[in-house]
Amino acid sequence: MSFRNAPLAVTHSCDKSAIFTSEIRAAIDALIAKYPTDWKQSAVMPTLTLVQDANDGWLTTELMNAVAAYLDMPEVSVYEVATFYGMYDLEPQGKHKVCICNSVSCLLRGSDTLLHHVESKYNVHPNEITADGRFTLKEVECLGACCGAPAVMIDKQYYENLSPGSLDKLIDGLE
Amino acid sequence: MTDKITIEIDGRACEAAPGEMIITVADRMGISIPRFCYHKKLSIAANCRMCLVEAEQGGRPFPKPVPACATPIAAGMKVWTRSPKAIEAQQGTMEFLLINHPLDCPICDQGGECELQDVAVGYGGDVSRFAEGKRVVEDEDFGPLIATDMTRCIQCTRCVRFCAEIAGVRELGATGRGEDMRVGTFVAHAVNHELSSNIIDLCPVGALTAKPSRFTARAWELTGVDGIAPHDGVGSNLSLHIRRGQVMRVHPRENDAVNETWISDRDRYSYLGLNSADRLTVPLLKQQGVWREVDWSTALTQVAERLKSAPPAEMGWLLSPTATLEELYLAQRLARELGCANIDHRLRQQDFSGDASDPLLPWLGVSIAELESQRSLFLIGTDLRQEQPLLAHRVRKAAVAGAQVMCLNPLQIDLNHPAQQFVGAPATMITDLAAIAQAAGASGSGTVGELLATATPTPAHVAAATALRDAGQSASGLILLGSLATAHPNFALLKMLAYALAAATQCRVGYLPAAANSVGAYLAGAHPRRLPGAKPIAAGLTTAEILNNALKTLVLWGIEPELDLENPASALNACAKADFVIACSAFRSPALENAADVLLPIGIFAETSGTYVNASGTWQRFQGAIPPPGEARPGWKVLRVLGNLLDIQGFNYQDGAQVRDELAALCADSQFDNAPSAELVAHTELMQADMMRIGGVPIYATDPLIRRALPLQQLPMTRSVFGVYLHPNQATALGLIATDWVRIHQANGEITAPCFFDEHIAMGCAYIAAGIEASALLGNQIGAIDLLVKVAAPTRTGTR
Repeated sequence: MSFRNAPLAVTHSCDKSAIFTSEIRAAIDALIAKYPTDWKQSAVMPTLTLVQDANDGWLTTELMNAVAAYLDMPEVSVYEVATFYGMYDLEPQGKHKVCICNSVSCLLRGSDTLLHHVESKYNVHPNEITADGRFTLKEVECLGACCGAPAVMIDKQYYENLSPGSLDKLIDGLE
Repeated sequence: MTDKITIEIDGRACEAAPGEMIITVADRMGISIPRFCYHKKLSIAANCRMCLVEAEQGGRPFPKPVPACATPIAAGMKVWTRSPKAIEAQQGTMEFLLINHPLDCPICDQGGECELQDVAVGYGGDVSRFAEGKRVVEDEDFGPLIATDMTRCIQCTRCVRFCAEIAGVRELGATGRGEDMRVGTFVAHAVNHELSSNIIDLCPVGALTAKPSRFTARAWELTGVDGIAPHDGVGSNLSLHIRRGQVMRVHPRENDAVNETWISDRDRYSYLGLNSADRLTVPLLKQQGVWREVDWSTALTQVAERLKSAPPAEMGWLLSPTATLEELYLAQRLARELGCANIDHRLRQQDFSGDASDPLLPWLGVSIAELESQRSLFLIGTDLRQEQPLLAHRVRKAAVAGAQVMCLNPLQIDLNHPAQQFVGAPATMITDLAAIAQAAGASGSGTVGELLATATPTPAHVAAATALRDAGQSASGLILLGSLATAHPNFALLKMLAYALAAATQCRVGYLPAAANSVGAYLAGAHPRRLPGAKPIAAGLTTAEILNNALKTLVLWGIEPELDLENPASALNACAKADFVIACSAFRSPALENAADVLLPIGIFAETSGTYVNASGTWQRFQGAIPPPGEARPGWKVLRVLGNLLDIQGFNYQDGAQVRDELAALCADSQFDNAPSAELVAHTELMQADMMRIGGVPIYATDPLIRRALPLQQLPMTRSVFGVYLHPNQATALGLIATDWVRIHQANGEITAPCFFDEHIAMGCAYIAAGIEASALLGNQIGAIDLLVKVAAPTRTGTR
């Protein structure tokens, strides 16, 4: 048997108009429209991002099931995507996400110092929320910003060439 | 296929088709390449990297070793599987695979037959360079059939791909990433599919092992004996693994024409019923109502005397269609020599009015493999996945390849592929079928003509007719009648309409033989209108007549009367009325002891040699693998001795093969043909009632052996909790709520059972399973039930 060339679609017979809010559905439909008609499930990653953003930054199993139902794909395929990528979180998160790159360029330029600094100053470890719930500290794989290493992503914004001091300022500016 | 090209593997010239993968060509040439993730029946994943080989194309070497499973060949390609570069790559992969694999072979059930173990011997280092901690993965509970040790998993994803591509249920997945990647369901639910245990064979390591046989035997203690599965019309080829006269486990044996490389869970675990505590191990004789153990000669002399003195017209022989060809042939020979033509194997049929026009030798109509290439399939009265898991797999393959599948059933069945389902009460099934036939332009006279004239096709009916007609034009349309059709009170009428539809659409008609030897039984002459070789003869009594005519002598072969017959109430009644009931059985049960006067212990499944003729008419012979327990004997030997005691000429068979050869000679000119043998006839009164019982036989209740395989009985299958399943609207109309208990009255039997809502059931119907203890007091599997009254739920009383 050769490579699979058809999507593993599973038709969910539930009422699709009862899933998510109408704004989210419209946004997902716009994403689906970018792909061939029988490849709805190609939209799974941006859909998960949308759904995660609308749920205080994390995904529940129910939400993943809803994504599967909306995109007519097997639930476990959604779990596979959501557990594979670092940008999806399956636990409750702080108000913001401070993501420190741990890959080679940033490490050579001192990202470990940044990490230790945040850990000791805010008394938080990777994948933990600060006591005041202000942010979750995350250690992430290469952000692709090697030219500006060390790089940190706060929510969806990149900040480059950081030092403990400049990172502190950024964190202090978080609500 | 396009032209062949030639490539070179390890210096050998190999002919191959363009686009084939290197590993396919190498396998065909007998050149071994190590692999874990590749399996010829699954899609290519190329994720284990074990099959790396060195290759060059057009004189230019590939820059890196390439995976043989995912590299298509091209003319002039050269491949080296054992070159220093290839070996180095394979050894490197092996070292990585072993990093996280526990060194627990001594306590692993796969030890001794483990692909990883074997390949590690060939490619692994003797000392590990890995000094860090190994990862540990939490186990998941996959149910009573599959044991998991997920720490051993090397993430080849064969099980994931099997579930998605073959089973058609995407339940397993690989979640997490890198070292945290794990194979499982993520949400922890049991894998529940009739083919699920094939992932045990697919697993190259000991991550998935068979729970029932775990820790009971080592691979090197077992002797493989070829066998044939006795539970459905497929006749899957098995390898029975034997140790000291016991079947320790069952594996599939590859046969592309029959079961490919798979077997159903039913075929895999039914052997567990062999050691059931209620095996019949000595001949038993009932004297003044008390069972007494006797020796064979006493029992058989007694049986021979009673048979000799019984008036032949007052005698009936009911033979299980799971009996071997040899048993069926000898049994009907005995009966016919005694002058009795009342022989039947169609135990789950109630309407015999079409007998006179039935095909002489009904069969599937196509070979099993040809099911895949049909463009349109119309399944009438069959819960195919439950009845014939591997035929359902073939139908699924056809559907995935684009075939139109239509179903006509009294309940909506669970399918793992797209299908158009017509659901209606038994009488509605007839009108639905007539509507489709009318839309297809069928014609007929008499009742069929009337039904066609009054039919009002809906767009769905027209679409189904069109799909069949389109496929019929390319000779790839098939109309199949299954066991819910066989049990239908108007089976003959269904057949008439099916033939009318087939004629109008140029489709073929096929029968889904319910049991391992349903087709063979026609060849053996175990039928009131067929002599051996499926030659027609004046009619004897059918199953229904044998049960309803108060015959004096009954012979039951491999049957539990309260479970294996379409109408258990009349079966028990017939046994009670008969003067003498001879039961040849592998098991004893209270109902059988109550019904019979003599019990003769016979071997079952692996305990006897024999032949099965499968749905597509293939004769499959097998040897006995283990001796029957105690005094039990293979059935054909019991019949041989009985024949000799009755002084029948030519009954001195030396071995089973001689019996088979004699029958084969009689069958030399028998043709499998589903064309009606005469102008179609049927009783025309349409069975209608306010409330119809529809009783499917659950997948793990089809025969006495299966019913005793405990792990299968523990599986939570659809509707496996006994009760009355009603459409929610139906229940509301009756004023029932979901927790109510109801009283069911059918024939002279009455039971109370909980009521469940199930929107898959047609209106006007109540699904009450057949073939199980709880419904053994009821009548027809599909038939009118008298009343449904709300009753109080029983309170638990008495001792446990």
